[in-house]
Amino acid sequence: MTVVTGTGTREVGRSRTRLDAREKLRGEAMFTGDMEVPGMLYGRVLRSQHPHAEIVSINTSAAERMPGVAAVLVGRDLLDIDPYYGHAIKDRPIIAIERVRFSGEPVAAVAAEDEATAEAALAAIEVVYEELPLVDTIDKALDPAAPLLHEGPIRPGLFHGLGNLGERDGNIGYRYRLDSGDVAGESAGAAFVTEGEYLFPAVYQYAMETHSVIADWKPNEIAIWASCQHPFLVQAEIADLFGLPIGAVRIQVPYLGGGFGSKSYTKMEPLTVALSRKARAPVKIVNRVDESMVTSRRHGMRCWMRTTADADGTLLTRESRFWLDTGAYMDNGPRVTATAADSAPGPYRWRAVHIDAMCVYCNTAPSGSYRAFGATHLQWVAESQLDELARKAGIDPLEMRRRNLLRPGEPVRPDGSGKPLDADLIGDVERAAAAVGWDEPKGPLVGRGVSVGLLAAGAHPVSRASVRMRADGSVEVSVGTTEMGQGPRTVMAQIAAEELGCSSDRVRVLGADTRFTPYDRSTGASRSTTLAGKAVQNAAAAVAAKLRETACEVWDVASELIELRDGKAAYGDLEMEFSEVIAKRFGFTGGEIIEGGEVRPMGGDTGSYAEGPVFWEVCVAAVEVEVDPELGKVNVTRTATVADVGRAINPLLVERQDEGAFMQGYGNAMFEEMVYRDGELINDNLLEYRVPRIQDLPRQMTSIVVENEDGPGPHGAKGCGEGALAAVPAAIVNALGDAGVPITQLPLTPERVWRRLQDLSEPQSTEELT
Amino acid sequence: MTVEFTLNGRQVSVPAEPNTLLLDLLRDHFRLTGAKRSCDVQVCGSCTVLVDGGPVSACTYLAHEAAGREVLTIEGFAELPEFEHYASAFERHAAVQCGFCTPGFLLTLKSLRDAGDLETEEDIRHGLDGNLCRCTGYRAILEAARDIGEVAA
Repeated sequence: MTVVTGTGTREVGRSRTRLDAREKLRGEAMFTGDMEVPGMLYGRVLRSQHPHAEIVSINTSAAERMPGVAAVLVGRDLLDIDPYYGHAIKDRPIIAIERVRFSGEPVAAVAAEDEATAEAALAAIEVVYEELPLVDTIDKALDPAAPLLHEGPIRPGLFHGLGNLGERDGNIGYRYRLDSGDVAGESAGAAFVTEGEYLFPAVYQYAMETHSVIADWKPNEIAIWASCQHPFLVQAEIADLFGLPIGAVRIQVPYLGGGFGSKSYTKMEPLTVALSRKARAPVKIVNRVDESMVTSRRHGMRCWMRTTADADGTLLTRESRFWLDTGAYMDNGPRVTATAADSAPGPYRWRAVHIDAMCVYCNTAPSGSYRAFGATHLQWVAESQLDELARKAGIDPLEMRRRNLLRPGEPVRPDGSGKPLDADLIGDVERAAAAVGWDEPKGPLVGRGVSVGLLAAGAHPVSRASVRMRADGSVEVSVGTTEMGQGPRTVMAQIAAEELGCSSDRVRVLGADTRFTPYDRSTGASRSTTLAGKAVQNAAAAVAAKLRETACEVWDVASELIELRDGKAAYGDLEMEFSEVIAKRFGFTGGEIIEGGEVRPMGGDTGSYAEGPVFWEVCVAAVEVEVDPELGKVNVTRTATVADVGRAINPLLVERQDEGAFMQGYGNAMFEEMVYRDGELINDNLLEYRVPRIQDLPRQMTSIVVENEDGPGPHGAKGCGEGALAAVPAAIVNALGDAGVPITQLPLTPERVWRRLQDLSEPQSTEELT
Repeated sequence: MTVEFTLNGRQVSVPAEPNTLLLDLLRDHFRLTGAKRSCDVQVCGSCTVLVDGGPVSACTYLAHEAAGREVLTIEGFAELPEFEHYASAFERHAAVQCGFCTPGFLLTLKSLRDAGDLETEEDIRHGLDGNLCRCTGYRAILEAARDIGEVAA
């Protein structure tokens, strides 16, 4: 279902076939793991089995003597550089130095002529550990007597963007607060109160392609091919680590086999470069799935929340304290924490709000970005409290939202800072509710739920792009956006073609090569279409201006009378192919037009998070469930998600993004959970870590694309593809609550639901954590 | 030791250790990289190739098991006239996103259709349950598969 409001475009708003489809279908698309570089060695990594230990000694001599082994890297090989990195906080060594902080941390790496030799050499390395006290849970980490996982002053990373980092506070690595109004005073006379504790487990992004890197270190230049979402941030961090100017680090990004945040920021690149430096040869490292599962994940969370309302259901106050398990190193923990805090109030009007969000170091593998981070953590908690208040007040949950949701233009953050609301949330949630039959009668153990939230999106608005028209009129777009499945190579071509008045078929969009591609901050936070797309639009408009300039010289008319259409410049009945315009411009066959486009923040220059976001991504869903009381199984019968995208550049791709986000949200809600025992991840494989399969696809699923042209991107577009992931677990939890089975812990496994049903059927049931 | 089999219609004879996996032989020796390594435990289906017309997970299939058999990879399938029927359905429904799982899905669908097991939506849901896709959420693939099998919605 598509609500179309925009008109007058030829490329934008059309569901063009993906330009990368054919090569992917034919198996010709190259991913990093498919590539070979002459003289390339294969790297394997020895990882700690201990979650917290001192490294007493490492003996690599037997491994080094093995035929075919070129180099063995350990911490002492990095004495000549400052080996700590981390875009937010520089807390992570390239390879363990004297101490390991999580099970799976690299302690040695081998480069050899083939993988089998490298693997055999790992077995010949002797490491002696002395175990240290284990801090494997949030509770243990917060104990005042707990050992500190990191000490000394906090070292800001190159891209922390967090304002004042403050002082270290035990194992709390980052803290973000929202404070507005007098919570105690405003809630004193509340008619309805709900309060509870909630648990969300760590989950894994599972991009099908594991983290893969080829690195070729040379004294004056480092070349890298990597499955990375943010090549320009990785480039800067590698340059910083290895003491080179930024331009001497060249990163090329082939197709990515999915990302979902797992490949954001710097991951396996520093280790691969360090190994190449030791081996003096190019080295390729391709993680196995169990290795990627300790490279990135979503934070586990413990959350307390209290919400109050007055007698007519008007919301009064919200308080929340929550703790995110960021693992041994910060990675993107601070941003996840701040985004989660932004999601905690939800898009409602409050008299007072107090949110205290803490990002906690533990002896577990590092957590980072996973699609819709922060919002996914908090929306299901926040929205289930809203439903509970609605039930207590006897108000329909949809009506409860109508009464309290913010309207466009109202401030979202309770303190009034940042971007005001830029979407019609009431319209969005009403459409979603209608699509699952909100007002239809329902049987026992059937429930319907809606959820509404916002995700602070866009990250930093810094993007550049260039558009180049060759002598034959063909076009290349150079933009740093990583194609990881979401479709930018098609969408950017459509945006450029629209400005140029030609078909997107003649536009090629290239993958990032930092030697040539203009800077783009990152591929994440739903920012690419909005920000990189705007830079592409600006660059294409500049090329179009040059075409007009030449055509008006040739025809001697004012440039505003010249139209660009169907790959031609036109004035009345006069027409010139673009190739002809370029030939006229340069006086003979050859030449080209190449122009740049730019997007940068307007206003403040502190880099503070609080100035954002670029836009609020809408997270709205509605779900109908049916509970099987015998088995505890939750059957999701009808679903609706809303992609409120301002303007869909390619409507079919928007729907597909939305559906993909739906299914990941379904997995997060229903069964995904990383299980740890004493700091060790015990279900580190696809047999024991379950992700959604085609059998899980609901029978009735609606993706609603809303186009109000209210975004800051090209043609009023704003980003999409994350909202459904945050909204779906919340809607499922609320539908389950509506069916009479309120739950405060994910995932919604049959056992958990069944036990909850048993508790609820006992007369002395308590409201304990389930 | 050498192993002989038919690869994409061509007779091949290559050295292979007894423990060499078919996936490694295809990717490293023949440079046929359309079959992907991911889960390594026969769950995800991204390494799917057809052996004598049936899908196997090349990540857990010994190269020597292919001796005397016919192996079809995505590169070989893409050269067959019928490939267009599959590819155009995937394009029409935008059933390809990152593309990592796509060759596995196409080959599984070919084996289902060839065996007459692609006639109902249940066939699709059952037959594709061994192929994971993390991008699409499967709906696009289900719709493309309906077109391929000419299954009524």
